[in-house]
Amino acid sequence: MLQKMLEIRFFEEKVFELYAQNLVPGTIHLYAGEEAVAVGVCSNLRKDDYITSTHRGHGHCLAKGADPKRVMAEILGKKTGYCKGKGGSMHIADFSIGMLGATAVVGAGIPIAAGAGLSIKLRGTDQVVACFFGEGASNQGTFHEGINMAAIWNLPVIFVCENNLYAMGTRQSKVMKIENIADRAVAYGIPGVVVDGNDVSAVYKASHEAVERARRGEGPTLIECKTYRHKGHSRVDPARYRPKEEVEAWLSKDPIKRLKEKLLQTKMLTETEIAKIEKELSAKIDEAVKFAMESPYPAPEEALEDVYA
Amino acid sequence: MRKITYREALREALREEMRRDSSVFLLGEDIGKYWGGAFKVTEGLAEEFGDERVRDTPISESTIIGTAIGAAITGMRPVAEIMFGDLTALAMDQIANQAAKIHYMFGGQAKCPIVIRTPFGAGVNIAAHHSQSLEAWFMHVPGLYVAVPSTPYDAKGLLKTAIRGSNPVMFCEHKLLYPLEGEVPEEDYTVPFGVADIKREGEDVTIVATLYMVHKALSAAEKLEKEGISVEVVDPRTLVPLDKQGIISSVKKTGRIVVVSEDCKTAGVTAEIAAIVAEEALDYLDAPIKRVAEPDTPIPFSPTLEQYVIPNEEAIIKAVKEIV
Repeated sequence: MLQKMLEIRFFEEKVFELYAQNLVPGTIHLYAGEEAVAVGVCSNLRKDDYITSTHRGHGHCLAKGADPKRVMAEILGKKTGYCKGKGGSMHIADFSIGMLGATAVVGAGIPIAAGAGLSIKLRGTDQVVACFFGEGASNQGTFHEGINMAAIWNLPVIFVCENNLYAMGTRQSKVMKIENIADRAVAYGIPGVVVDGNDVSAVYKASHEAVERARRGEGPTLIECKTYRHKGHSRVDPARYRPKEEVEAWLSKDPIKRLKEKLLQTKMLTETEIAKIEKELSAKIDEAVKFAMESPYPAPEEALEDVYA
Repeated sequence: MRKITYREALREALREEMRRDSSVFLLGEDIGKYWGGAFKVTEGLAEEFGDERVRDTPISESTIIGTAIGAAITGMRPVAEIMFGDLTALAMDQIANQAAKIHYMFGGQAKCPIVIRTPFGAGVNIAAHHSQSLEAWFMHVPGLYVAVPSTPYDAKGLLKTAIRGSNPVMFCEHKLLYPLEGEVPEEDYTVPFGVADIKREGEDVTIVATLYMVHKALSAAEKLEKEGISVEVVDPRTLVPLDKQGIISSVKKTGRIVVVSEDCKTAGVTAEIAAIVAEEALDYLDAPIKRVAEPDTPIPFSPTLEQYVIPNEEAIIKAVKEIV
């Protein structure tokens, strides 16, 4: 799990770097700081399980096993990207690994995840779906409708709320009277669990239970992971609305730093071994950047292709 | 040939496709055993196929469509019913931003074969929230197909094509058409998308009409025939893809066109068809293009008000006479 988390962190650092050099068209929403959520959840999933993702989706893709080369190429708008340059940062999908795509409409993936769950039920397989969304999405009607639908039909879906405290610049306390999104599970008659989203073991454990429950046909679970994004909402956002002390407190709870400390303390890994892993992953991401940079842009007229299947 | 109703024709298409392909299933509000759908199209299907494949849903239009999408991109062929066309507004993000764009924005990786059946149209005094004709909304979203069957034969054949296809289809029905009877063969057939049907041949003027307006155009044509005006009635059957050539061929023959649709005039079905003819067939026209459509108002309740805004036979006849 450390490897996957580092892969995502290094990847996002590179995206930020490329953006600073004006090489990334459009906008970016970085996952740095939230790696424990995607990795903790996806470590419980098989290749044939599904996930749905959000505008902040690079981490979900990589955690599910997407190739960083093709993710990076998509972010740069290249023909070799997963979506041939038609999706970009906010719309990456890799159906070959069950990554059903990121939607940039907040909360819109929730009903779609329920539908993938319904498909599993109708086909009679034991796959599951993990549905990622932020705490902001929990104020959308689709949250209510989608989780209710999954609950009444006992669909194998794990609803994973990444609560990073801010919906763009709006603090959670300003838009809801409750502290825990997981409390909303009561309204649907399903389990709701709050976990420390910066502790990958805690996320793993909670999602493990939810995944097993779903595979047994016992229905969905809502897991709320308390976490924090290291950067602003998007590339234009310096995040001045977040108090300095709050940012510092959360940075000190960096999920990667915590996992490393734990692995060192329990002597699972040595400093030298971690350094070696970091070097390898850094090289892997450099390679992804090289691949993406060297890839061609799509021909302009390809814009007219793929409207219909 | 035997005659069955539009409603029965739709039901037959659903039943036959569900028997043929186990990935086809239905979902919607009250489509199951107790109601069989608000307009009884799915009556009896839950008894044959069970509650799992004929799923009653909560009143959650957005998630009915979202769920259909999630199922479609993972190998199923859902047919969703939205009880009234007006209520597609509640599901518009899932229809227009998700279903329509999944194939494109993910670079062709995923297919989204969903069919959204829904009735449009006024005429039964149920006012502003249950009477609109909103087909043009969906014509404006690349990635969606829009089917508009006017007869039992077309309803069955187009629905089969929609279910067997690989794209999201807005399957627009008309609530006044459900009891209409027409000839439908017993054997399996489909009606291709993008092929207009000449519902009546004529020489002097072309009327392009859809859904219930096809029947008003046909009765107008009968009356005009008696006055010596020969009318050709062209039914596009699908608005996306639109059989432009079929319409233009008819215009080449008659030199005159009246476009009739029940939706609002501004930026509506008639506007699009008139624009295409103006752009691509102006040289064949001997008279200005005429449009007969709903004035730009919500649908009112009181019968006198409602009848005033629905395009009628007299308006069609008047439009024809203005250019012949």
